[in-house]
Amino acid sequence: MKIDFWKKCLVQWGLGMLMALAGSGAFANQAVKLDHAPIDPSDMASLQRGAQHFMNYCLTCHSAQFARYDLLTRLGLTEEQVKKNLILTDAKIADYMTVVLNPKDAKAWFGVPPPDLSVEARVRGADWLYTYLRSFYRDDQRDSGWNNLVFRQVAMPHVLYELQGEQVLKVEEGKPGEHHAATLVLAKPGKMSPKEYDQFTADLVNYLVFMAEPMQQTRIRIGYGVMIFLALAFVVTRALKHEYWKDVH
Amino acid sequence: MNAMSRLLGWVDARFPLTTVWKEHLAEYYAPKNFNFWYYFGSLAMLVLVIQIVTGIFLTMNYKPDARFAFASVEYIMRDVDYGWLIRYMHSTGASMFFVVVYLHMMRGLMYGSYRKPRELIWILGMAIYLCLMAEAFFGYLLPWGQMSYWGAQVIVSLVDAISPPVALWIRGDYVIADATLNRFFAFHVIALPLVLVILVFLHIVALHEVGSNNPDGIEIKEKKNPVTGIPLDGIPFHPYYTVKDIMGVVVFLAVYFGIIFFSPEMGGYFLEDNNFIPADPLKTPPHIAPVWYFTPFYAILRAIPQKQLGVVAMGVAVAIFFLLPWLDRGLVKSIRYRGNLYKIALGLFVLAFLILGYMGTQDPNLWYVNPVSRVCALVYFGFFVLMPIYTRLDKTKPVPERVTG
Repeated sequence: MKIDFWKKCLVQWGLGMLMALAGSGAFANQAVKLDHAPIDPSDMASLQRGAQHFMNYCLTCHSAQFARYDLLTRLGLTEEQVKKNLILTDAKIADYMTVVLNPKDAKAWFGVPPPDLSVEARVRGADWLYTYLRSFYRDDQRDSGWNNLVFRQVAMPHVLYELQGEQVLKVEEGKPGEHHAATLVLAKPGKMSPKEYDQFTADLVNYLVFMAEPMQQTRIRIGYGVMIFLALAFVVTRALKHEYWKDVH
Repeated sequence: MNAMSRLLGWVDARFPLTTVWKEHLAEYYAPKNFNFWYYFGSLAMLVLVIQIVTGIFLTMNYKPDARFAFASVEYIMRDVDYGWLIRYMHSTGASMFFVVVYLHMMRGLMYGSYRKPRELIWILGMAIYLCLMAEAFFGYLLPWGQMSYWGAQVIVSLVDAISPPVALWIRGDYVIADATLNRFFAFHVIALPLVLVILVFLHIVALHEVGSNNPDGIEIKEKKNPVTGIPLDGIPFHPYYTVKDIMGVVVFLAVYFGIIFFSPEMGGYFLEDNNFIPADPLKTPPHIAPVWYFTPFYAILRAIPQKQLGVVAMGVAVAIFFLLPWLDRGLVKSIRYRGNLYKIALGLFVLAFLILGYMGTQDPNLWYVNPVSRVCALVYFGFFVLMPIYTRLDKTKPVPERVTG
């Protein structure tokens, strides 16, 4: 029937548009191709390692002021383990993850205060963070001596260079100055092999994603239950509707 | 007489409880041929209730202070029991409100629900839509993220383009600031919800006075059973449409909770990535886009090179809907009996609206964004401006006597 076709067209337009919108992402104008972050939010060992890396390497300059240390007990750790191994300051377990770095000093030293990392993973996305942390290279023109392919002219020096080693930018012949044609080459190896460093950053990113939305796994778990309940409710309410509507012709 | 019916008698002597029940539910006769498009009115009411209830709980922990607002939202997300769920229900509810309302309005366009004698229902509905836009705009500032802040800055700058003193009066400061946050909070949690609830009440009172339209666009009250006086094609709203709407509610909730539990950001369209950065008055984000439900109008604004004219065009784009009952000169109400002219016009309009919505999310520096937006804006306004002509010229089909199911 003509009307049905028309109706279907309209519905499909609407749905198609919604899906196109959801798929494209609102801020998907990246110049550099991002690597897929191999993270697993249910891998507790990875999250625990990531938490350790975060405490050791990040939480000296970057705060996570909306997150409390007791968050870490959700990663299969006891309060004692958290206190003993992961709180590197005199903070109490219910304290927020703050740093003593004064934003004013930070601005003078780095040009910009290090951003708070509580919800950074929700701003940047896991893939961006994973690629970013692996894309530092030596650049003598920068005050810090470092630059980054993903975040150009970044203020942060490569704090993990001891682990990763030092990369240099190799620009392909004939295409000078074009960033996307450039590749990074490991000029001086660090303590870790590239594979180990990839794992290190993946663990760290896994933790950052967890910290940005600690309830994510709970949310998804409850979600399945709710969907099953609603599916059953649909069967019941549909039967009820048909029962009542039997006599309507 | 048992205790229950005596109590009812007592109440009825003092308040028209039974009368209201009968007039609006048990003996409110709705056409029996409602289809898919007729779920969205009751769903809009459901979302309104969800927004009010979740809003109340959010207010218990939210702090309308520029220093604490962002942190209090994160507190809700992390430390308040099920705070994350309440917050996602509210943020997803805002977007779903517009989804439902846009589909509800689409129904009106398809079946001519705005036509005589339902002009007032349409006008009240449009007032609800305006109120909803304001409510969403004020609410969006509250999380005090970068998009909250700069989105508000952009919208108020539109007022500024027309009258700087009025913009100053709205903000209560020279930029969006703590004073703005406080007053937006007041508007969002009490002023506009009150107006919304009153308008919804009036919308329904007006609807129940004239009765519902239907996919055939026929007045069911014209064919009544001579004995009972009940429309032949009418069925009591309760229980028929209550049970049907409950089924619709379950389907709606599956979509709504599907988003909440599995993709609350909806790819950056329901919760924008940049809104997880606290508001910074000194740092303008490179790309400011409003939430998706405003983007069609935002695209029209940007498509016009002169700012004041753009603001006027955007205002007209919304306001022109009010005139619909008088622009439509068609002989029939429903799209089922309209000719091709109206079908093509409506199809183009919907397409233009969706493309405008997409363009509004895109970086205006992309070469195609403004040219495409301009063409779509022409189609958008053309739909209304040319309506008196094409609806009159349209070759309509004969309308049946009774509804066709």
